[in-house]
Amino acid sequence: MKDRPSVVDLPDLPKGELPAHLELQRTRVVCAADAPSYTESIQYSGAYMAYGVDNSLRLDDFKKNFKVEVKYIKDDDMEFDMIGIDAALANAFRRILIAEVPTMAIEKVYIANNTSVIQDEVLAHRLGMVPIKADPRHFEYKTDDENANEKNTIVFKLNVVCTRKGDRVNNASVKSDQLIWLPEGSEMPFDTKTKFTAFGISQDKLPEFTSDSIRSRYPDITLAKLRPGQAIELECHAIKGIGKVHAKWSPVATARYRMLPEVVLTDDVQDEVAEELVSRCPVNVFDIEDLGQGKKGVKVARPRDCTLCRECVRGEEWEKRVSLRRLKEHFIFTIESTGALPPNVLFTEAIKILVDKCQRILNELT
Amino acid sequence: MASTKEYGSETDDETASTFSLTEEDHTLGNALRYILNKDPRVAFVGYSIPHPSEERVNLRLQTTGPLARDVLKDALQDMMALNDHVRVKFEKAVEDYKAVEGMREMSVGVSGSGRLFLVIIV
Repeated sequence: MKDRPSVVDLPDLPKGELPAHLELQRTRVVCAADAPSYTESIQYSGAYMAYGVDNSLRLDDFKKNFKVEVKYIKDDDMEFDMIGIDAALANAFRRILIAEVPTMAIEKVYIANNTSVIQDEVLAHRLGMVPIKADPRHFEYKTDDENANEKNTIVFKLNVVCTRKGDRVNNASVKSDQLIWLPEGSEMPFDTKTKFTAFGISQDKLPEFTSDSIRSRYPDITLAKLRPGQAIELECHAIKGIGKVHAKWSPVATARYRMLPEVVLTDDVQDEVAEELVSRCPVNVFDIEDLGQGKKGVKVARPRDCTLCRECVRGEEWEKRVSLRRLKEHFIFTIESTGALPPNVLFTEAIKILVDKCQRILNELT
Repeated sequence: MASTKEYGSETDDETASTFSLTEEDHTLGNALRYILNKDPRVAFVGYSIPHPSEERVNLRLQTTGPLARDVLKDALQDMMALNDHVRVKFEKAVEDYKAVEGMREMSVGVSGSGRLFLVIIV
């Protein structure tokens, strides 16, 4: 077998690199006026075997090429660039952020009195949506047959009576800051010694909650509206859960990514044509450039702002001048947290969950 | 209860198997298919979710020689290593960003107090 040459050893074959057109198809989505093309990523390890190019994934290469660039982090949202990773994994992170990172949310509402116009079930549903500022990592999941204790349940009470004082109405609207945390656990039912929860220790004695008390993340969410004489008295039990079960447990308002746009001028664009190109773009991607001798050119100043509306490639002659692309392995990732955890912590939690999934299957295979 | 079953391994050919993963969806299915496709020992890999209301992913894996089970295990291990690297790089980037932001806030604070000092002298 030794003396038989392999196909990839033949001298007339290019080795180790792809021809430009294949490299373009591999790394970019080309957005023409009619439709985008080369949208999927080339996954098969032997796809470029004939060119002597190895398309398999090697951890060392990945580590060398992978980059993260944080653009901004605010209290509740962040944006960062993730470069050198496939959509399969970026999408896994996004899906986990939306559906599988746990938070605390109100699951049970015990209503003692509700004379407001909003029905019990609608009120309970609204309460479920209220984002709660409590670190879910300090809690355990509660199963149906388990008793509510300080490790798996947070209790709030809401006791509001609307009254008329002169020409003013007190408590005309019930806001989320009127939810009062009960660190000792449930006070219901009022007429028995056995309560709905059995807390071993008061939650505000636990070190993780003494400095930062549990409350609604936002103080001004309207829960109900009342008129004089109407009242609401209830108790809410919040438990740990994931967005897959109900969206109220989703820790993010959105988690999204987009591929980095790339705008390339494929022809000389000058003077009136340059002016037209600048005015065509609704998000101002292009700038006029002074070429000297009274000539005007155009430069791609803000490709990141491009929304790929394709206004600049509409029309036959324009398609020849401008090429719109997206980088397949460059993701602009945005996370908007609902407030239980900071967005950067949510992302690391999401990665840990994906690792746990792998570990679980690995354990079950052996 | 979550479980992973391998079908096809009871026959002679252990290089081709279908793995049935319960309580999983496209999140893991697609990521795993990507990692496996990038492995040169894999001849074919694909996954399907037979019914949308059943939480199950069927992953078909055929190799060029090694046991399908071993290749899948390697893929899982690769993915864990890869994810850990992403996590480390991400945490580092966040740390660096916060350090730079902290410096910026501090310098603003200094110039602010400097201005205050001038006012008192006047």
